[in-house]
Amino acid sequence: MTKNAFAVIGRPLPKVDAWAKVVGETKYADDLFLPRMAYAKLLRSAHAHARIRSIDTSRARALPGVLAVVTAADLPRVKFGILPVSQDEEALCAEKVRMVGDPVAAVAAVDEETAEQACRLIEVDYEPLVALMSIFDSLAHPETRIHEYGDGPNVHKNVALQFGDVDAAFDAAHLVREDVFFFEGSNHLPMEQHAAVAHWASDGKLTLWSSTQTPHYVHRVLAKVLETPAAHIRVIATPVGGGFGGKTDPFSHEIVACQLSRLTGRPVKITLTREEVFYTHRGRHPVLMWIKTGFTKQGDITGCHLRTWLDGGAYGSYGVASTFYTGVINPVTYKIPVYKFEGARIFTNKPPCGPKRGHGTVQPRFALECQLDKAAEQLGLDPADMRRRIVAEPFTKTANHLTVTTIGLGECIDKAVEASGWRDKRARLRVSAGPAARRSPKKRGLGLACSAYLTGAGTAIYWNDMPHSGVLARADRGGGVTVLCGATDIGQGSDSILAYLTAEVLGIEPKDVHMHPADTSLAPVDLGSYSSRVTLMCGMAAIQAAERLRDAIFAAVARKLEVSPASLVARERKVGVPDDWDKAVSFARAVELGEALHGVLAFPGSYAPPKRAGKYKGGGVGPSPCYSYSACVVELTVDEDTGAVELEHVWIAHDIGRALNPLLVEGQVEGSVYMGIGEALMEEQVFRKTLHKLPSMLDYKSPTTLETPDIHTILVETDDPEGPFGAKEAGQGPLLPVIPAIANAIHHALGIRIDEVPITPDKILKALDLKRAGKPARVGPERLPLLTFKVPLVVESAFGEPADAVVSRPFSS
Amino acid sequence: MIRLPAFTYLAPSTIDAAARLVAEHGREAMLVAGGTDLYPNMKRRQFEPKVLVGLRGIRELRGIRGSAAGGVTIGAATTLSAVAAHRDIVRDFPALATAAGLVSSPQLRNMGTIGGNVCVDTRCNYYNQSYEWRKAIGFCMKKDGDICLVAPGSSRCWAVSSSDTAPVLWALGAKLRLVSAEGERTIPMAALYQDDGIEYLAKRPDEIVADVQLPAAVEGWRSAYLKLRRRGSFDFPVLGVAVAARMEGDVVRDARIVLGAVASQPRPSEKAAAALVGQRVTPDLIAHVADLAAGPAKPLDNTDFSHPYRKKVTRVFVARAVAAVCGLGDSGATSEEVA
Amino acid sequence: MKVRVALNVNGESREALVPVHKTLLEVLREDLGLTGTKHGCELGECGTCTVLVDGEPVLSCLALPVEIEGAHITTVEGMAEGGRLHPLQQAFVELGAAQCGYCTPGILLTAMALLAERPSPTREEVREALAGNLCRCTGYTKILDAVELAALRMGRQEART
Repeated sequence: MTKNAFAVIGRPLPKVDAWAKVVGETKYADDLFLPRMAYAKLLRSAHAHARIRSIDTSRARALPGVLAVVTAADLPRVKFGILPVSQDEEALCAEKVRMVGDPVAAVAAVDEETAEQACRLIEVDYEPLVALMSIFDSLAHPETRIHEYGDGPNVHKNVALQFGDVDAAFDAAHLVREDVFFFEGSNHLPMEQHAAVAHWASDGKLTLWSSTQTPHYVHRVLAKVLETPAAHIRVIATPVGGGFGGKTDPFSHEIVACQLSRLTGRPVKITLTREEVFYTHRGRHPVLMWIKTGFTKQGDITGCHLRTWLDGGAYGSYGVASTFYTGVINPVTYKIPVYKFEGARIFTNKPPCGPKRGHGTVQPRFALECQLDKAAEQLGLDPADMRRRIVAEPFTKTANHLTVTTIGLGECIDKAVEASGWRDKRARLRVSAGPAARRSPKKRGLGLACSAYLTGAGTAIYWNDMPHSGVLARADRGGGVTVLCGATDIGQGSDSILAYLTAEVLGIEPKDVHMHPADTSLAPVDLGSYSSRVTLMCGMAAIQAAERLRDAIFAAVARKLEVSPASLVARERKVGVPDDWDKAVSFARAVELGEALHGVLAFPGSYAPPKRAGKYKGGGVGPSPCYSYSACVVELTVDEDTGAVELEHVWIAHDIGRALNPLLVEGQVEGSVYMGIGEALMEEQVFRKTLHKLPSMLDYKSPTTLETPDIHTILVETDDPEGPFGAKEAGQGPLLPVIPAIANAIHHALGIRIDEVPITPDKILKALDLKRAGKPARVGPERLPLLTFKVPLVVESAFGEPADAVVSRPFSS
Repeated sequence: MIRLPAFTYLAPSTIDAAARLVAEHGREAMLVAGGTDLYPNMKRRQFEPKVLVGLRGIRELRGIRGSAAGGVTIGAATTLSAVAAHRDIVRDFPALATAAGLVSSPQLRNMGTIGGNVCVDTRCNYYNQSYEWRKAIGFCMKKDGDICLVAPGSSRCWAVSSSDTAPVLWALGAKLRLVSAEGERTIPMAALYQDDGIEYLAKRPDEIVADVQLPAAVEGWRSAYLKLRRRGSFDFPVLGVAVAARMEGDVVRDARIVLGAVASQPRPSEKAAAALVGQRVTPDLIAHVADLAAGPAKPLDNTDFSHPYRKKVTRVFVARAVAAVCGLGDSGATSEEVA
Repeated sequence: MKVRVALNVNGESREALVPVHKTLLEVLREDLGLTGTKHGCELGECGTCTVLVDGEPVLSCLALPVEIEGAHITTVEGMAEGGRLHPLQQAFVELGAAQCGYCTPGILLTAMALLAERPSPTREEVREALAGNLCRCTGYTKILDAVELAALRMGRQEART
């Protein structure tokens, strides 16, 4: 199908929910006000690590207006967690708190002020324990254990995988580089603070409205933790005011709201404050990285060995997956014939880290792309040319057995290079370090980096053979089509994408498609809005459902028009034979004919990704139906007297497979670039003593319009056979190259290397001081943790083998 | 949602009535104009006044009067937006327009007032935190505790003066009219402050800042303000450099340099300013002046950016501000930062 | 202590009996049912809760109703007139300037005030005007584009009438 053949796909249409959003009609969770609703607050720990001796809630209970007070004693003693292997969280801590901000009690009251006041009246007797606030602390104090489980004292996960003989690869290299990098943690900082409203109705059934990216997982956890049949629980994901991965876990406040509703017989709302959002966290892991790579004279990679140490915080969350993700996605970008990865996630007494946009891959991408830049310099190669040469081969396997399909990275590099004037500027900016440029303290630099990201995880969070995504399409006699899907629209436009795809298949307008929010009682399961899976997985399910509906309608119309169903097309809200279009029936009429023939027209679509997990332990993390690619060029100036960095332009070319709606894709790319800029230059979740140092919007620095440059987005289409109409992801991948591109541009401007993010002005001045003193002009981590990695699981490299069969997956027919 | 504690709100319509109310309610009362500094602090329970005396309804506190020749008077409840946009101020006291226009965000400048900015509470990132946070780390002496968490051995509070307009007004030689139930007095900016993070204002609590009086514009005076902060919006200064100088040709006849956000009050650099007077400005002289000004600055680890970095940049900013004022042209200072 | 406050919101006279310490943000959302005004920090640090008071963008989380009685308050619900979207709203729809939509009301109102004062702002002026509104989704690009598009259309409309 050529692009012109589409009616809806590829057009820059408004999002289906855009109108409601611009007039203020969209109801986010905190906008819900139910009759008799009570308000709840959580009492959180002021200790980073302590045993709870006792909790006295009597004064809180006595406060007028208080409706209920709960502690762990009022809840079933059941732990939970998003991953089956890390069931280590409690809705309210029973015996121990593991971070400042851990919830220990909760109050429901007639209003929020009373609930807050009552929380202050709860007396908790703590026995303080040693607080472990860094990877180094936690490893140095095995006698103090944050959790009893894991791969060693305070080691949550320890993984080691080897694909081929890396030592031999390094021996064969012309240049071997070893570099150490650090990536500081950061928060998602969604503009909407998490909120939930629970209503345990008098019929014994529970409804929870929550700003969540994963209603299905919340549903499962509520059933487990509240010891209530899942059949009697309904979770509705309200429109999410920004997620970025921060609303992807089931949370304490959701469970507590439900329990308080059960106890009070009223709807209960709980809305986190901004400070609480920082404690709830699940943001970017701080990661220390050591990376050793061998290069030939021409810049080919002979082999790569990566070690990562993740500061996990106090709970498991997605941490096991995060740990794998720091290692396993790297090989899909460039040709890496042999690869070794060792990673460990360490527990610390800080808010738990988890998935943030680019989950686990952002940190090593920074390391790898900076190292490539250093290698290119040493080898006398242009960084763009060198990368262009080593782009991975499409439709092959990587060393670690991942199947890659289409790869548009070469084209992305070419387009970003061309649009940015890379060749001319790289040469000119260097030359301009002449007398005129020397007078100004502002030095200009240009940097480039590339990346890849998965389009949906190939395996589910809990093992099962069911679809990852389901869609139900129901036609009504008026010609409308209702699409039910468990995916949450978090602003990325997933509702719109499903409406576009349905409209495209059925020849109707997106406006004719009715989208409903993710609701576990109405919609088939979708696993959630994470891992860039929704457009592809829900999209494929929506196409399947719509095609089944279309087939049913075609059968009926064919009978009526006395033609073969195969001769029919659906377009312009009509169904008919193209050559005899005058006889085409309206879509509404076609639905009536269909309903008369078949009965109710409601069809499911199901999607599960191809089963391509590597046949080794750990091979389940990393496979994806297809991977997106990005190349980014950043132009900036650095003030060498103050270290201030000013971004001038960002050019980013993204291999989207196919842009189902270019406007939405650009929006995702631009948003990713923005978030990358924040992480590169200013955002950091850091601690003072045992506390979050900056738990506010003022002190946690998020770039404003003034720090955000014009972003030039270039879309590259590769028409991937795995994606809906060829589409791949756009929501996460484009964040990755931005950070190393900035680091590389700063090097180009000043000849210094800042091997850790955020790249702050003081680090730049420090590096310049070192340069002036004739020392290596580098600021970055100086030491690595002492931790013995597991003996690696050694597997043959699958590098260069042909791809596993594509477009072969469960439920596809 | 973080909410305000309960209080009684009094809205006098004259400054004398306001002064009487303040006197009547004593320590239980606080003044509020724009509320942009006080309300966040009240929400975090830094202050829980029983009574708020609102100044917004007092017409005589609003507006900019006078002329360049006779001196401009700015009512204390004039918004920062109005100050930043006022034609005479932009023309004759560009550093003040710049500083007012660099306070926080556009919305906040529409609410925040010049009087409020001059009196803005000192800041410290051990102090500007929620009640729960402060309780968790241990209360500090500025609120609810008895030690300083930045300098634990210290007997005083090191919270940082965070006004953008104060160092500029000081450098411009502005005066303040204070009104209380007992009468009124006019003081130089310098007399408003003292170097203590808690008692940073030297005025009596019952005195209301009524207006800011700028001196008559004199031929040859030029001024500049440079602000260090992470972002171009929202952020308080973690260093402010105000320079005012009177030039005769290329010779400096008079100069004032005042640093903001390096102590609990704006800090004048008299030695540095004196070194400029009577001199032709050269790069060497600027470097010398910058050293003199930055030398005594002792930022501590209680704001954004590391304190050694803030110290380093003090020197750079003083040099740039002096160069801009004394006509050595652009040396990296952006137009946004320099007037 | 509760007080009766009379507010003019979106051209309608509204009264509420509320504690005096309740902010405009809280009263709009909780007492007047106008939940279009959002909140991201309640401390004046994000711009999400921006509304217009007599045409000027202010932070409703730091404004007391008692302080602005008699003033004209505009919230996002008051932007469309007679069922027709304001040109800014229309441009935001068309260009995809609202992603999660949570910062959108505050940004629309801030932009509306800008265009009232400066009908054809430069991109830098739009940046300056919106520097007090954080958005985490868009990278601001489409927002700036949409404000420029609305300005252009409003200018044309002006020229026609």
